[in-house]
Amino acid sequence: MKRWFEPVTTAWLGVVTHKLRSFLTILGIVIGVAAVITLMSIGRGAQQQILSNISSLGSNLITIRPGATNFGGVRGAVGSGSTLTLEDAAAISEQIQYVDTVAPTYSTSFQVVVGAQNTRTQVTGVTTGYQDTNNLKVADGAFISDYDYQRGAKVAVIGSNVKDTLFADTDPLGQQIRMGNYVVRVIGILESKGLSLVGSADDAILIPLTALQQMSAQTRTSRGDHVVSSISVAISDDKQATYVSDEITTLLRSRHQLGPGVDNDFNILSLQEIASTISQTIGTMTLLLGAIAAISLLVGGIGVMNIMLVSVLERTREIGIRKALGARERDIWGQFLIEAALLTFAGGIIGVGLGWLIAAFVNRTGALSTVVSPDIVILAVSVSVGIGLFFGFYPAWNASRLNPIDALRSE
Amino acid sequence: MIRLENISKVYPMGKRKLTVLNGVSVNIERGEMVAIMGPSGSGKSTMLNLIGCLDKPTSGSYYLEDKEVSRLNSGELAQVRSQKIGFVFQSFNLLPRLSALANVELGMRYAGGVDRRQAREALEKVGLADRTSHRPNELSGGEQQRVAIARALVKNPPLLLADEPTGNLDSHSGEEIIHILTSLHAEQGITLVMITHELKIARYCQRIIHFSDGQVVKEEKV
Repeated sequence: MKRWFEPVTTAWLGVVTHKLRSFLTILGIVIGVAAVITLMSIGRGAQQQILSNISSLGSNLITIRPGATNFGGVRGAVGSGSTLTLEDAAAISEQIQYVDTVAPTYSTSFQVVVGAQNTRTQVTGVTTGYQDTNNLKVADGAFISDYDYQRGAKVAVIGSNVKDTLFADTDPLGQQIRMGNYVVRVIGILESKGLSLVGSADDAILIPLTALQQMSAQTRTSRGDHVVSSISVAISDDKQATYVSDEITTLLRSRHQLGPGVDNDFNILSLQEIASTISQTIGTMTLLLGAIAAISLLVGGIGVMNIMLVSVLERTREIGIRKALGARERDIWGQFLIEAALLTFAGGIIGVGLGWLIAAFVNRTGALSTVVSPDIVILAVSVSVGIGLFFGFYPAWNASRLNPIDALRSE
Repeated sequence: MIRLENISKVYPMGKRKLTVLNGVSVNIERGEMVAIMGPSGSGKSTMLNLIGCLDKPTSGSYYLEDKEVSRLNSGELAQVRSQKIGFVFQSFNLLPRLSALANVELGMRYAGGVDRRQAREALEKVGLADRTSHRPNELSGGEQQRVAIARALVKNPPLLLADEPTGNLDSHSGEEIIHILTSLHAEQGITLVMITHELKIARYCQRIIHFSDGQVVKEEKV
């Protein structure tokens, strides 16, 4: 038998000779590790779920909206200002790296009439790049084409909610919508997508920006530029979101001639940045939960120490015999330390199994999705071994210091 | 083999001091078989513990194989015990959870490594070849003491110390044990120091050292 292996078998013997006691000793560790694994897996699951929800909205999307209006100290809502222009959008498209597509929009409200339905609502003028930029899919019909855009065709693509509200059970394709004095024809219906950063696409009525310019006088800045309501930018590399945001900020500040110390007259929202903020927040919460669960690991460790002290007392004679046979202090010390570590290691493994089962069960109920990641498993097991070493240190030291003659004499 | 020069052992008992050994000088030659006798509290057990390197003298010098061991630290003493000394106790001191074979292997554990074949041979030598897998509580007292002898001798130490090896045994088993010890001594030339109360047992030895009040009072050749 290998020399290094002997202490482990000796320690293992110490564990298995008192099966019930060993099990009760490690129960605290088992529960602690299981709690850590379960809570962390729920946290990780929530994190992944939220991240995948966000990335389905387009994690490569940056949205720029005008800043608040500011008349004599009265501050309006974000987006109420008229500072962004079509020319800004063109500059972003031309001058900034990693920019894939740029989609400026201009929204204005119209009295919309379809049959007996008559309602006032927002109509958004878009460019053909709007579909790709916002990752929109057409459920039925087609999106606004270049041809439609160039000639300012009076055509509309509507969201699923709009379809339900205005057309109820009839097929809206080819039907007409009256907007103020104009009539537009429905050519496409968008797939439902849920909420996005710039209002829900499900509630949108999209027409070519060129058509909207004919139907409604587009606001112009003092320099004669065309004002837009928002600019969406799709970037080619998610990781460059912060870089692109910074570049856009610099570009727009110089275009808008904002001196140092003047607030931005626009707002930039990047899904990627929001996602990473949310992800970090959940990560912190998860760690906090794990730390609370880890307190029971600490309590379990104290239990291990207690039992090891009793065990040393009970085996005083055995220690004396081993010393008489030539065991050095470090042999005895090692034996009890390994025994403690072996106990908590077993506790860690059982705890991981239990935590994994609970996590799988939670997953099956469908209430929460859970992800047991290997790093947490490794961490939990090594922490429990560490606890064994830490709390086994003193009892083992006690054992090693016993006087062999007294130890041999004890009953 | 063993040279004790003016050895004293004093235990502090509160304010008073208890002198257990008072200037003991003893020589034991290599291959000798010596019995130590004396009433309870005469210091003979303390003497054996000192010879066995389980304890250190308060003053005086102890040379084991011409090497002074009375100044060694506890780690070095453990080393000496593991290499040079085998113990046999009155109460056997086997580990109850281990089989006879595993108990014998324990004797090699701290002396350089376990060799199962060697452990089996040691059990055969004491006539327990068919009892290797029995636990101590499944063995008679005499058998247990034979396992203990096998454990003490499996690492081939030059010195064997026995503290009343027959004290817990009936006279028949006691005879068996003493026969095993004498034949080991005769065949292997091992040095043997043994404490005993029974003159009949002591008569098997070559020399008897009588202790009283922490001093050697009489030495007689058998």
